[in-house]
Amino acid sequence: MAGSTHASVTADGIAAVTAAPSVRPVTPGFEAWRRFRRHRLAVAGAVVLALMVLTVAIGPTIWRVPINAIDFSAQVAGPSLAHPLGTDSLGQDLLARMLYGGRISIAVGLVAMAVAVIFGTLIGAVAGVAPGPVDAGLMWLTDLFLSLPQLPFLLLIIYLFRHSLTAIVGEQLGIFILICIVIGGFQWMPVARLVRAQILSLREKEFVEAARALGASTSRQVVRHILPNALGPVIVAGTIYVAQAIIAESTLDFLGLGFPPDVPTWGRILYDGQNYLDIAPHWALFSGGAIFVTVLAINFVGDGLRDALDPRKVI
Amino acid sequence: MSEPLLSVRDLVKDFPVKGGLFGREIDQVHAIDHVSFDIGAGQTLGLVGESGCGKSSTGRCILRLIEPTAGEIWFAGRNVTAMLGDELLALRRDMQIIFQDPYASLNPRMTVGSIIGEALIIHRLARDRREFTDRIVELLETVGLGPDHMLRYPHEFSGGQRQRIGIARALAVSPKLIVCDEPVSALDVSIQAQVINLLEDLQDRLGLTYLFIAHDLAVVQHISTRVAVMYLGRIVETASSAELYARPLHPYTEALLSAVPNPSPRAKRHRLHLEGDVPNPIRPPSGCHFHTRCPIRQLPLCSTEKPVLKETSDGHWVACHLRG
Repeated sequence: MAGSTHASVTADGIAAVTAAPSVRPVTPGFEAWRRFRRHRLAVAGAVVLALMVLTVAIGPTIWRVPINAIDFSAQVAGPSLAHPLGTDSLGQDLLARMLYGGRISIAVGLVAMAVAVIFGTLIGAVAGVAPGPVDAGLMWLTDLFLSLPQLPFLLLIIYLFRHSLTAIVGEQLGIFILICIVIGGFQWMPVARLVRAQILSLREKEFVEAARALGASTSRQVVRHILPNALGPVIVAGTIYVAQAIIAESTLDFLGLGFPPDVPTWGRILYDGQNYLDIAPHWALFSGGAIFVTVLAINFVGDGLRDALDPRKVI
Repeated sequence: MSEPLLSVRDLVKDFPVKGGLFGREIDQVHAIDHVSFDIGAGQTLGLVGESGCGKSSTGRCILRLIEPTAGEIWFAGRNVTAMLGDELLALRRDMQIIFQDPYASLNPRMTVGSIIGEALIIHRLARDRREFTDRIVELLETVGLGPDHMLRYPHEFSGGQRQRIGIARALAVSPKLIVCDEPVSALDVSIQAQVINLLEDLQDRLGLTYLFIAHDLAVVQHISTRVAVMYLGRIVETASSAELYARPLHPYTEALLSAVPNPSPRAKRHRLHLEGDVPNPIRPPSGCHFHTRCPIRQLPLCSTEKPVLKETSDGHWVACHLRG
């Protein structure tokens, strides 16, 4: 929470208290929402994100050009009325491909982030409160994952599980689940370290000691007192992971480990377009721009969430 | 004195110092070195000493917030040091603590109501929502705050108000003993008096017993029935409050008392300056811990023999070879 300005707590604090009206019927959740709404960038981010999600959700039903209609008469054409975002080297309509690919990219980004944050928080929290040997073991595991050569390992996992999983839940969903688990499974380590470090410092704080003196169980201390105060950095880290996951997914596609080549995703379109930067800049620009705007919007939402959930912060 | 509410016998706490290649225990900080005292029901024992002399550790050992290395703590006839599980949880209803720093001791993300109400939830002290809220309002009023403060967050309050919230949290379980760990050290002098008066008022109304830890003798003199002076993990002198301030025997107590500012400008002051710093508690001096800084030491006696607490007059105990 570096750089945050906290409310001054002296004379004006008393004035605010004494001047207060009688009991306000405000729940903490509503209070957080009220504070979030005052964060302009966060609201803008939320609106942009909602628009993006809406566009990719209903876009393909309105823009009915097929994603794989090849048209050699319009190869690498710039934006026009027939193709608002231009076409790629096979003359496929980029708008249709972007709308379809956005579904996969946004979903992969959010789900992989959730996997990383939830798993990392869990490991970090257990390591932070568990006795020495368990803590050391979990941190060794974290270091192990950090030092593994990720790409060969990803290759192995996907190679091993791809067929058995796609056999159960179908091709696209199978690959989707696998990619989210694999990307999230290689991003949880910094979260775990972050959460553990926060717990180690917070559990010595007097308010946690007070909870201990009141007889609060370890889980109550962690859930009620420690984790809410450790949340800020985790939320910020989480928003950055969304971007990383979208890019990582495109890397997997590039290596032939992700979705099949004929399935467009933002990352894949960006990779394909980079070879044509000099003659068809629109190709990489629109896909890159979509990733950029989405990530920026999520980042602002994350910032707003962090501030809205911290009652000390004046908004 | 009748059966004391709290008896501490030969309490020892050593903190390990870890270091070296594999984080082995390479040394020990001797925070508490065979401390014994009693507190009668409804009384206040003031525990004074410099920073790092082990007074806060003593308070936390009594509450089992840190585990004592050796010694026994008896509370109302029950052995606190041997308690486990449910018994320890039940003890939490009898003993509470008020912390020094009113900014660090309240969870910034909880409302005042939920901070005070947490004890009611943990110990199931309220049957329904209405009783829960009523009890919180009652506690807030007990410490001089209003019901409309319930939904506010700690950062909206001043230091003195926060300390009142901390007191209300401690009172929620209706404890018998409260360890006050320097409850006013972080407050302005004008606010200190208010909080001290509140604590005295609560003691009269609720029959509370206090272990009052402080480094300010003026504050302790005002509130305490008895006072114990600690130096480097040992109690060097203990007496009733009036007796200790009128006739201090230990040279360390004398030095502490001479450092209390006197509000009268005409009063002649005789300051007793101590040489040097408090020695390292990892390797405390031999014999009397105080001999390295003592103005009246007699070597080699003081550096070889450990002085024991001796009763010089009724209820006045001192650990000094020369004054005992």
